[in-house]
Amino acid sequence: MLSPAILIPAILNGVLTGAVYALIALGLTLIYGVLHIINFAHGALLTAALFAAYFAFKVLGLDPYIAVVAIAPLFFAFGYALQRFVIGPASHGDERNVLLVTLGIAIVIENLALYAFHADTRTIDVPAGFDVIDVGVALLGVSRVVGFFAVLVLTLVLWAFMRLTDTGKAIRAVAKEQLGAQLAGIDVVHIYGVTFGLGTACLAIAACLLIPTFYVNPYVGQGFVLVAFTIVVLGGMGSITGALVGGILIGVIESLGGLLFGESLGQLGIFVVFILVLLVRPTGLFGVRA
Amino acid sequence: MSRDRKQGLSRRNFLQTSALGAAVGVGTFAAPSILRAQGAGVKLGILQPVTGALSYSGQQGKLGAQFAIDEINAVGGIKGLGKIDVVFGDAQSTPEGGTAEVEKMNAAGVAAIVGGYASSICLAASQAAARYDLPYLVDVGVADNIVTRGLKNTFRFGPGFGVIAKAALENLVTLNEQAGKPAKTVMIVNEDSLFGSGLAKLLNEQLPQKGFQVLETIPHPTPTRDFNNIVLKIKSQNPDLVIPANYYNEYVLLARTMQQQKLRPKGVYSVLGGAASSYKFVKEFPEAAQDIMDCNHWFDPRKEKALALRKKVEGAGQFFTYEVYLNYCSVLLAADALAHAGSVEHAKVTAALESSTFSDHIMPYGPTKFVNGQNQGAAPVNTQVLDNDIQVIFPAAFATAKPVFPRQA
Repeated sequence: MLSPAILIPAILNGVLTGAVYALIALGLTLIYGVLHIINFAHGALLTAALFAAYFAFKVLGLDPYIAVVAIAPLFFAFGYALQRFVIGPASHGDERNVLLVTLGIAIVIENLALYAFHADTRTIDVPAGFDVIDVGVALLGVSRVVGFFAVLVLTLVLWAFMRLTDTGKAIRAVAKEQLGAQLAGIDVVHIYGVTFGLGTACLAIAACLLIPTFYVNPYVGQGFVLVAFTIVVLGGMGSITGALVGGILIGVIESLGGLLFGESLGQLGIFVVFILVLLVRPTGLFGVRA
Repeated sequence: MSRDRKQGLSRRNFLQTSALGAAVGVGTFAAPSILRAQGAGVKLGILQPVTGALSYSGQQGKLGAQFAIDEINAVGGIKGLGKIDVVFGDAQSTPEGGTAEVEKMNAAGVAAIVGGYASSICLAASQAAARYDLPYLVDVGVADNIVTRGLKNTFRFGPGFGVIAKAALENLVTLNEQAGKPAKTVMIVNEDSLFGSGLAKLLNEQLPQKGFQVLETIPHPTPTRDFNNIVLKIKSQNPDLVIPANYYNEYVLLARTMQQQKLRPKGVYSVLGGAASSYKFVKEFPEAAQDIMDCNHWFDPRKEKALALRKKVEGAGQFFTYEVYLNYCSVLLAADALAHAGSVEHAKVTAALESSTFSDHIMPYGPTKFVNGQNQGAAPVNTQVLDNDIQVIFPAAFATAKPVFPRQA
């Protein structure tokens, strides 16, 4: 059972799956890790993005890899507006309120999707959807390989953005010391909006990378939320590198766990690692002690 | 109303109109009595999980029921009782949701309830209905114990799990023998809840007795996001047959992954396969679906009425799935029983169902004959996806194509 012929493809498969997890977690690490917003709407926003990618393909005939150019900015704007005009004002600065507001948004988005598109599971069949790359030891789906490299590039871009741009520095400043940042002239409300927008745009990109090999229905995002939260804590709150490494690690653990203990028990591995990290290194792999 | 508003919409007018609109909207689903001004009618409860994890199936079931009700009402309703007023309830994909709706339906004075979809919902809802001796017609729920608990009010038009599994095994043996026994080894991929694991257990007991070796049984949760590892395992053992028993989304992901990883066993033979007899799957992924066999609920392709309904459903932009036609038939059966009872009294309707010989349905069952609530003629059919369509391959009496097995490598 544990011959290299199975083990190596399983690890590679875990890495590719983990890359998409990482992208979903990247959005969350900004929102949850930096702003400390426990965003229960993360899954529902992913669902919305998947629907956007689906309809861009079905109605406009746009390949998801092209549609991402329009969908990502659209979701940035949506995320910005959501934080600036709904979550921010409705929460009155209380984190408990944020929790309820984002939960409410999730319910609204999911039920609007259910009302508008019904519970039907939808898939798209892109031309390269079934193409594979033969790497000798395994057949790797082209869409998943593209997704992997896209996530690497995006992580690098996001990291550079946070390090080198004024907005990135402002986000980090707000995360570290909100009042200080405000006193230094940073528009905190705007920065909150931008960060939430960036997180939502990450989800939009994840959706465009996911849809060629996955499906969408009004509840599809829920399945990724818990994994994303786990990755954020595992990688370290707010750490972009942590989200990438954590995502890939979780992908591999899930894959190997499934192989060794069966798919039903395999996902337990994720949460065992999660608990171990909390016990041994509560700040996460790349987190900094507050 | 719209004429009155030509001069502009005042706040008061808007509120009044909205309230009326809401009342009409709500009434359509929950309190049809508001709309029932034209005379006496009969209230029929339609229970479906239209939200939550089972919402697609629930919505399809609701659609089937609505087609039947529209047909009945178009010709004046049920003889002697008048038009059907739907009292619709959303089971929210949980047994508790189902029982709560039964209470509401009983309070609304329904003559019978049709639906439930999932076995767990049917079990709970029919038991809740039994407290009021309220006749309950199960639309899909296949668990055998739905009709073996001695509940006088519960009836099932379609086949139960035991009958389906028996037919599936017998037909598999026949299929294999006819082809010169090319299949000797089997791998089962099942979802790990009551449906999938129950079936896997049964297959593990029965298949060795029929001369098949079960190489491995791979359970997986619902939802499962990725099937690559499972396909790797199957590939490493190279079985002659793969038997999937899972729900639609996972079935499609598995079939797509098998295609992508170039895994082509001699046959894919499903039992109540989530997508194996789905026109949607065939339309969206014809290559992945090609040659897949299934033992499942299926309409009688010889009946004009079945083909006409299919045309109507597809004309409405929906897929003709088993939830649609099983609910369509169950509502027709309920209406027939009500007509025979000539009353909405629970005991009379139950008695009419017990002695029902309803034959104007679209399933390959013959006239209904209920013993302990189970329709004795109900049986599944074997289908195979051939040339981008779904054909019946068993039973021979109304097969529309010969099975392709083993399929070409």
